[in-house]
Amino acid sequence: MALPGTRARGWAAAAKMAQRRRHAEAARGSPSRASQGSRAALYVHWPYCEKRCSYCNFNKYIPRGVEEAAMRSCLVTEAQTLLRLSGVQRVESVFFGGGTPSLASPNTVAAVLEAVDQISHLPADSEVTLEANPTSASGSKLAAFGAAGVNRLSIGLQSLDDTELRLLGRTHSASDALQTLAEARRLFPGRVSVDLMLGLPAQQVQRGTLPAPDPELTAEMYQEGRAVLREAGFRQYEVSNFARNGALSTHNWTYWQCGQYLGIGPGAHGRFVLQGAGGHTREARIQTLEPDNWMKEVMLFGHGTRRRVPLGQLELLEEVLAMGLRTDVGITHQHWQQFEPQLNLWDVFGASREVKALLAQGLLLLDHRGLRCSWEGLAVLDSLLLTLLPRLQEAWQQRTPSPVQGG
Amino acid sequence: MWAPMGRGRWHGCAHTVWATAAAHRGILEPRPMATRGAAAKSRSQDRLYSSADRKEKIDMSRFSVENIRNFSIIAHVDHGKSTLADRLLELTGTIDKTKNNKQVLDKLQVERERGITVKAQTASLFYNYEGKQYLLNLIDTPGHVDFSYEVSRSLSACQGVLLVVDANEGIQAQTVANFFLAFEAQLSVIPVINKIDLKNADPERVEKQIEKVFDIPTDECIKISAKLGTNVERVLQAVIERIPPPRVHRKNPLKALVFDSTFDQYRGVIANVALFDGVVSKGDKIVSAHTKKTYEVNEVGVLNPNEQPTHKLYAGQVGYLIAGMKDVTEAQIGDTLYLQKQPVEPLPGFKSAKPMVFAGMYPIDQSEYNNLKSAVEKLTINDSSVTVHRDSSLALGAGWRLGFLGLLHMEVFNQRLEQEYNASVILTTPTVPYKAVLSSAKLIKEYREKEITIINPAQFPDKSKVTEYLEPVVLGTIITPDEYTGKIMMLCQARRAVQKNMIYIDQNRVMLKYLFPLNEIVVDFYDSLKSLSSGYASFDYEDAGYQTAELVKMDILLNGNLVEELVTIVHKDKAHSVGKAICERLKDSLPRQLFEIAIQAAIGSKIIARETVKAYRKNVLAKCYGGDITRKMKLLKRQAEGKKKLRKIGNIEVPKDAFIKVLRTQPDK
Repeated sequence: MALPGTRARGWAAAAKMAQRRRHAEAARGSPSRASQGSRAALYVHWPYCEKRCSYCNFNKYIPRGVEEAAMRSCLVTEAQTLLRLSGVQRVESVFFGGGTPSLASPNTVAAVLEAVDQISHLPADSEVTLEANPTSASGSKLAAFGAAGVNRLSIGLQSLDDTELRLLGRTHSASDALQTLAEARRLFPGRVSVDLMLGLPAQQVQRGTLPAPDPELTAEMYQEGRAVLREAGFRQYEVSNFARNGALSTHNWTYWQCGQYLGIGPGAHGRFVLQGAGGHTREARIQTLEPDNWMKEVMLFGHGTRRRVPLGQLELLEEVLAMGLRTDVGITHQHWQQFEPQLNLWDVFGASREVKALLAQGLLLLDHRGLRCSWEGLAVLDSLLLTLLPRLQEAWQQRTPSPVQGG
Repeated sequence: MWAPMGRGRWHGCAHTVWATAAAHRGILEPRPMATRGAAAKSRSQDRLYSSADRKEKIDMSRFSVENIRNFSIIAHVDHGKSTLADRLLELTGTIDKTKNNKQVLDKLQVERERGITVKAQTASLFYNYEGKQYLLNLIDTPGHVDFSYEVSRSLSACQGVLLVVDANEGIQAQTVANFFLAFEAQLSVIPVINKIDLKNADPERVEKQIEKVFDIPTDECIKISAKLGTNVERVLQAVIERIPPPRVHRKNPLKALVFDSTFDQYRGVIANVALFDGVVSKGDKIVSAHTKKTYEVNEVGVLNPNEQPTHKLYAGQVGYLIAGMKDVTEAQIGDTLYLQKQPVEPLPGFKSAKPMVFAGMYPIDQSEYNNLKSAVEKLTINDSSVTVHRDSSLALGAGWRLGFLGLLHMEVFNQRLEQEYNASVILTTPTVPYKAVLSSAKLIKEYREKEITIINPAQFPDKSKVTEYLEPVVLGTIITPDEYTGKIMMLCQARRAVQKNMIYIDQNRVMLKYLFPLNEIVVDFYDSLKSLSSGYASFDYEDAGYQTAELVKMDILLNGNLVEELVTIVHKDKAHSVGKAICERLKDSLPRQLFEIAIQAAIGSKIIARETVKAYRKNVLAKCYGGDITRKMKLLKRQAEGKKKLRKIGNIEVPKDAFIKVLRTQPDK
């Protein structure tokens, strides 16, 4: 498995261009969904961590020794399998998540990207993100990931307080984190994101002297945080995502817009339409959870998909609603129409007394652009959905069935 | 003798001990509950049988009236009543002395836990004294105020009582109540000072208390140790010497008092009877004065303490009777039985049990309704004093409104439901029956009476249609070491009680008498009293009728919308504190919503208390990555489904839990 050296160098160069493209898309609202059947995002799950963090309930394992070559080969096989099944012709983003994918070797990353580009097409400007932990990612290693094709970093900072970091069971200190961040910004200018947590046991809002965190305090931190970020020029493009200079995560945006995505690696989720006969039904797919079993299955059967659940049209619309409203753009009429051409947003929500109350309260907006949360509404989206989801179900049941429905 | 007091609903004096949730700490008098006969069967299995052969019928005619004594033992809780009863049974050969007779009564789970006796024990003792064979009938009485009516009926079958007082603790509230009950029934009272073997025993001090409070000369007290058997023989002799034989006539037509009844699933109702006149035997046709139903007697006998058939029962004697009654309501306590061919004037004082404490009972889950229904039916088969009315609440679903004789009665019922039938229930805060004297002619016509009883707040008539409202009151007795007097007086004042009397019963013990509105003591008075007196104060009460009260109907509003299930009748002076408490409890249990909720207590248009539930500021799952949308969607849909089931008051969604937290009886800890 040769390193795609020349290609990899091309990635880093393409970064600036890709960023410019995203600027333009973000300004338009949402990335185009045209010919979506042939496009997808790809999620790659690296299931291993050095150490268990006290807060994390993701699917991860602390191995005694990782058989990386085997894992690499399985990830490549699975990527090939799913890309063929889905008939995806263009992969617009790749996200290496975990676990701690920065513990993997850059070789592995390069091998997966190479496989993707061979079966499908991975344009040079596609977003390729790697999650990195401060201690497992030295400057030279980050550079090697860059050479392997990664063009965006997501750093698991979590906190800049050593006491909190210890509480969380993180392996790094605040100064480690800042050093890694500086390296990352040097290597991936404009393409670095960080994860931060709020509501930790000892955290306090600057001015307040409130006791231990409670929902009220967490709410205050959230409101304070988003206000501070707004002032600093960040756009809150999703409930918990903020970006400056249009550096939105294309990959995550695909989730919220209910685009197609393939998930490979232990426990990875995907949602896509199968190529071929009756290829209208979108499936929710989950890969086998435990790394050893997953690898065994991939080696034996060529794939590690454990469960396939076909999504009904209503279920898909529920996801479009619940995910779309997480973004600042919300659900545009055009976006909705791509999923449901018969029943528009006005038909569904326009007449409901309860929805009208939410509109009157200024939590929700329904206008010529579409349906979206207000600044205040975004913070209480889960409450809004408890009104909107039943309303959608009701409208769906009352719709005039179209003769081609379910065809 | 049985003149009603005031406007009392209960005849005679309703004395006895008060008990609340504290009962399980063993404060309760080991008191039987009348007609709680579930114990009957198991009792007969465990009880120690007398040496007499069950099959050989005793000829009761040989006991003439002069050789019969009918008596009860009355005492404050834990003063040793049951132990004394055991010794008396042993001494007379009724139960085997070699066995370890520790409170012969078989006990239900609830009894063991609470230190109370739910089932009465009555026993006929055969005792030879100075060459004569005596028949001593020990009639056990329910002692708790909840069963005061039953107590009065039992005592009416006696001519004397043994008043047992602990040589260490001295006179307690229930001792006083019991004494006056016996005194007013004109019974001979034999004071017995028990536990003289204890290290801190001070029988001389107790003698003086008895002299001071009851006006009984000190030399009449018998000092015993029931535990060790010391002087117990003297007690039996005193029963013969100081208690007169019953004044009855064997030649007169049968007149028998029903003073207890139990239900046996094989034999039907077993009625405990005391014969005031005449004779009864198998085959007699008898009539219930209350129901006018006729029965044929299948079996008569004495209790020693198991049922032992006899040929006949004669005037002055006490025993049991089985006559094909199918339901305990056919053998109500206080009823008179007579021969069909010789009707007599019934004994005075009969009354059907009148509930004084009401509570709503609902299954925690509506799917449990039918199971709970059958459990309630089974329990009421043995307890005709519980009234059951179907009820339904918008918040809690279908259930019942149950009427109990008192709080203990309610708790025993609830515990038995939970323990014996494994039924979990929501029991709402107890209320008392209020009354209204109507002034509106229209309403009087509608109700067909001027004075109505209000059990449900929804029936509360408006002040403009009412001359006055009335609330039930009780006369409470508190005995306490004097160091707690100040605190106790403040507690009583806070409960709207009026002091009637205060005396020192010895150098450092005070007896206080207060007139209490009943609703002020039904919830947590006893617990408060016990905690502020470090457990030393004792309390008892008797019914004292009704008094005028400034009652108001208090509404609870959520953003201005009335919450029907929380409407409460409350005294004007208590409206603010009660309203505030309800608002606070609601505030703690109402989930936040997308807007602020004002919780208000109001009387008419006047707001008297307010709490606010702030609007949600944040309710959104922060991180939603990795493409695992399924779980998030499932959670949202489940919540949306649950939301449909919430009760809507205006646009506010109120979960059932919030109602339960406000309505249910507060846990006793």
